[in-house]
Amino acid sequence: MSTTSIALAESPLLALVLRRADDALILGHRLSEWCGHAPMLEEDIALANIALDCVGQARALYEYAAQVDGRGLTEDDFAYRREAHQYRNCLLVEQPNGDFAATIVRQVLFSAFIDPYWRAMMGSADAALAAVAAKAEKETAYHLRHAAEWLIRLGDGTAESRARVQAALDDLWPYAGEAFESDPAEAGLVAAGIAVDPASLRPAFDRTIARVLEEATLTRPTGSGAQSGGRRGRHSEHLGFILADLQYLQRAHPGAVW
Amino acid sequence: MYTQALNAKDAVVEAAGPEEAGRNGRFQARVDAEERIEPNDWMPEAYRRTLVRQISQHAHSEIVGMLPEGNWITRAPSLKRKAALLAKVQDEAGHGLYLYAAAETLGTSREELVDQLLSGKAKYSSIFNYPTLSWADIGAIGWLVDGAAIMNQIPLCRCSYGPYARAMIRICKEESFHQRQGYEIMLTLCRGTPEQKAMAQDALNRWWWPCLMMFGPPDAESQHSEQSAQWKIKRFSNDELRQKFVDATVPQGHHLGLTFPDPDLTYDEAAGHWRFGAIDWEEFRQVLAGNGPCNRQRMKQRRDAHAAGAWVREAAMAHAEKRARRAREATGAVAAAA
Repeated sequence: MSTTSIALAESPLLALVLRRADDALILGHRLSEWCGHAPMLEEDIALANIALDCVGQARALYEYAAQVDGRGLTEDDFAYRREAHQYRNCLLVEQPNGDFAATIVRQVLFSAFIDPYWRAMMGSADAALAAVAAKAEKETAYHLRHAAEWLIRLGDGTAESRARVQAALDDLWPYAGEAFESDPAEAGLVAAGIAVDPASLRPAFDRTIARVLEEATLTRPTGSGAQSGGRRGRHSEHLGFILADLQYLQRAHPGAVW
Repeated sequence: MYTQALNAKDAVVEAAGPEEAGRNGRFQARVDAEERIEPNDWMPEAYRRTLVRQISQHAHSEIVGMLPEGNWITRAPSLKRKAALLAKVQDEAGHGLYLYAAAETLGTSREELVDQLLSGKAKYSSIFNYPTLSWADIGAIGWLVDGAAIMNQIPLCRCSYGPYARAMIRICKEESFHQRQGYEIMLTLCRGTPEQKAMAQDALNRWWWPCLMMFGPPDAESQHSEQSAQWKIKRFSNDELRQKFVDATVPQGHHLGLTFPDPDLTYDEAAGHWRFGAIDWEEFRQVLAGNGPCNRQRMKQRRDAHAAGAWVREAAMAHAEKRARRAREATGAVAAAA
């Protein structure tokens, strides 16, 4: 019965592709929730634009995941027929939009990781991933610039905006570190030149964050930022609700074509 | 529909001295010669007011129209549909943006226009006060609502006011794409499971009559159309456009294998038109009066978004001022050092 979730044998490569794809889909989902409710019309357009880029990246990656899996699955099988514990995204991207400050902080923290990641992945020995990286890198460079500009405006804006954005930074900082974690399976891909070691991107991330926070007159939170578990399928409470929305029609009408 | 703005009567009567009459005459001659009127050209105040009202109502409709469709972005049933719907709603925000810009060329700021929407003074299309209850509504809105919008908007590409006419050319291209997308959603549902087809039928049942109302009251009751026609803002009457829409849409619905919720719908061989039953104008009046199923909800969502975003807009202004001040100080310091 096709409502049954798919079962996957996650090879290291498939696990890697799903991490990237799930990050993109879930972040795109969150950003799309803003559509029609942003603080100004220009931002409705910008957030929808970033969301569209994310969904587009997810689609390309799921398509590749299907190829890696080799059993004839589709992009929609990965998005609509996995349980929360099968999702491999980091916890950061599933955090609620909150106010505009929280959305911007989440975007800066994620983009400051993923932008150098895709740039480095353009040199991947895996041609499919290198191709995704080449397209994604142009998009994530814009996402980082856009979000960082807003972080600076909000930090160096009014007393209220500064308090809101500092609070959002303090709340989300614990989720910033997970993106740089890897596991032994990923180490094999790194050795083969297929993947980039996320930990190697931490200095670039730290430099970006330091520069942006300084201009935004914000204080970098102390603490190690140690919330993690998403890569293993241990998510926050939020992902279940995201999937309840996202998967509802596919789950309610098994086998239907849309 | 967006041209519902043309059905409201203007309260202010133009004072016309001999000099004014001469200018009016020259203006009308330009319009009659199909010349485009541009922002810096002289124009009658009533022409300006009519256009501001119509263009801003069109812009507001795009913005409020984002809500019923945005409602389904997170629940779109495939990634392809999700991306298409997100792009569509983003297009609507874009339409709103350049329509506000077109209205601004007539001397009214976007802030003023948005305030008019939020205070309830300005109207938006009646159609967006109906709810989107199933995925098929996304198909029905594309097929029917955008289809009706196109009927109204294609003639506006030749509107006498240049900035509006040019904006409409781009909008119409995108709306045609949206309409085909909507029809394709309906077609997919109608070829799908019995539940999907029932979903499509239910959507048509709910959206059909409100879509016919989008064209505004019957010509006999439409107060403002004559002057707008003379100014070449509106080139076809409400009833003409409504008939055109019905004629184009009924065969499309039959191709889907759906039935229209109108027992009086028959084909008039001699005239070559689909004749439809009586429209419930009381429902239309109620929706315009604020008593539609979602009027309060839509306005509340817009007001809430505007209020929740106030601190962001203030921060952006404050930051821009700080930057400008620092730039001035830096220039001053350089000048002092020199």
